[in-house]
Amino acid sequence: MSLIINDLHAGIEDMPILKGLNLEIPKGEVHAIMGPNGSGKSTLSKVITGHDTYEVASGSVTMDGEDLLEMEVDERSREGVFLAFQYPAEVPGVSNANFIRAAMEARQPEGEELDAVAFYKNLYAKMDILDMDRKFTSRAVNEGFSGGEKKRNEILQMMMLEPKYCILDETDSGLDIDALKIVARGVNAMRTTERGFLVITHYQRLLDYIQPDVVHVMADGKIVKSGGKELALELEASGYDFLKADDLVGA
Amino acid sequence: MTTSTLPQWFAAAQQEAWETYQSLPTPNRKHETWRFSNLKQLDFDGIQFAATEKLDLEVPADLPAGVICLPLLEALEKHSDLVEKYFMQNAAELGSAKYAALHRAKLTNGLFVYVPANVQVEKPIKVTHTVAGKNTAICPHTLIVTETGAKVSVVDKFVSADEEAGICIAVNDLIAGDNSELNYVAIQDLNEQSRMIQINDTTVSRDARAKAFTLNIGAAWARNEAYSRMIGEGAHSDMLSVGIPYGTQQYDQRTYQHHAVPHTYSDLLYKNTLYANSKSVFSGLILVDAGAHYTDAYQTCRNLMMEDTTEANSMPGLEINADQVKCSHGSTASPINDDEISYLLARGIRPRDARRLIAKGFSAEAYERLKDAELIDIVHDAIEAKFARIV
Repeated sequence: MSLIINDLHAGIEDMPILKGLNLEIPKGEVHAIMGPNGSGKSTLSKVITGHDTYEVASGSVTMDGEDLLEMEVDERSREGVFLAFQYPAEVPGVSNANFIRAAMEARQPEGEELDAVAFYKNLYAKMDILDMDRKFTSRAVNEGFSGGEKKRNEILQMMMLEPKYCILDETDSGLDIDALKIVARGVNAMRTTERGFLVITHYQRLLDYIQPDVVHVMADGKIVKSGGKELALELEASGYDFLKADDLVGA
Repeated sequence: MTTSTLPQWFAAAQQEAWETYQSLPTPNRKHETWRFSNLKQLDFDGIQFAATEKLDLEVPADLPAGVICLPLLEALEKHSDLVEKYFMQNAAELGSAKYAALHRAKLTNGLFVYVPANVQVEKPIKVTHTVAGKNTAICPHTLIVTETGAKVSVVDKFVSADEEAGICIAVNDLIAGDNSELNYVAIQDLNEQSRMIQINDTTVSRDARAKAFTLNIGAAWARNEAYSRMIGEGAHSDMLSVGIPYGTQQYDQRTYQHHAVPHTYSDLLYKNTLYANSKSVFSGLILVDAGAHYTDAYQTCRNLMMEDTTEANSMPGLEINADQVKCSHGSTASPINDDEISYLLARGIRPRDARRLIAKGFSAEAYERLKDAELIDIVHDAIEAKFARIV
């Protein structure tokens, strides 16, 4: 059971961004993707989850054997893939609790109602893990939230929706170390043998708190190197200059 | 109505009003206050005026002593002097002077609420006016007075008894005395063949706080004129409206924020969510009189265009004759923001539900300013019922 990306080519209109990308994330593992700006990391996360800005030219993305590319964006989410956005949108007038509740109701089997009492109990328990004040239930989704509050809110949604595969797109960017630890606590609380993670980051620092099983390096729309968590430390020390050398693997 | 029991002053005023109605011209395209209006809706040929109206009054059980809460006709008999002092003291200046005169001449009933000084009524008073019968018109009046330090909330609901095309010409006078709090909620839920003219006149005295909210969900056509005058320092006026037209419904809204003295505050927020071939018109003016320094006045009209077949016309305006004034006005007409919808879809919410959630949230921003849980619930439930009718 894996999230499998096979020879994926995708981009915006005529501009290719992903150029034959291969990646397999088995359930129970945390994979990190690092790489320089413009290598296509964010594009990959959005193509997997179905953002309509990007067009897929060829290749496949399957989740536990299901063809994700055949599904609409909302269907992919309900099937169990989740993207924690780098820049989450604000939705004025819609309370955070109503938003999360609507997302959970969309996952209810036909004819079954969500238990409101159980929902709030669950919501408050998850908010406590993330040190989120109860006032965030009634505030409009992300409106007036600080950068760190938005990121915590992304993790809150992830914890509530319990996806099969979680993709975190630079969730650490702009976070101070305390906020980073809280976000990592939420992610770590969700690690099970039944769930896979793809953590996209610029910085090794996040990986001190969310220990990856595999680290991949992405450049020019492909995975160019894969290794254990020590690879992240090497990258932090020596940067991406090695990309110019020829000892690349996995391309 | 049986005019014999009504006070002399009122009978004379009705006679005079009928003459005024007949002498005033029917509005036409040249009248600035009727720009973009559907003037065909002002054809009242063949209309009959109901002699009286069915009035359902729900008064809180624990109404404090001294509070008067009566059907207007009964109040005219029992508290003639008090009604005379406050009833329709200001001319309708936003285009409907003719229909205000008609309302006065043909008054069917209504509600009189008087809250004496330093008496607070915590639970809302609720009244429902029902239009019944083909081409039948009712003219209900709501007169609310809060004396110094008093507080009251009134919910005025307008409904139809049947599916016939009726007419409702409603006027409300809201008079907030010094340091008082007056909350008024109107819910227009007539059947979709009917027409509504609603004229609001709010007077806010020193340190008083008035909130006037109108929800338009029913009628084929509704014209709302809302005038708020701040006549005492520290006066605070919130003018709020939510409209959710669909089909071919049209809502025509004219507003006036009149700052007559210094240190007064007004905040207007009108929100319309439009479906199918519906239309909205908004025209608003902020007037700051000479000498009314330190005025804060805000005016925002937002239209959420759920389909590209909808139409919204907005004419915001400002006239400032004082210094040290903070004013803003703006109007928008736009579809749902792509980023908002994408975000909801990305969380697995189906497109139709996502659009509806955003539309409901758009309205909530206006009615949540009522800041009263019970009033908010009443408006929320009416809005939910309207959305349930939208396919």
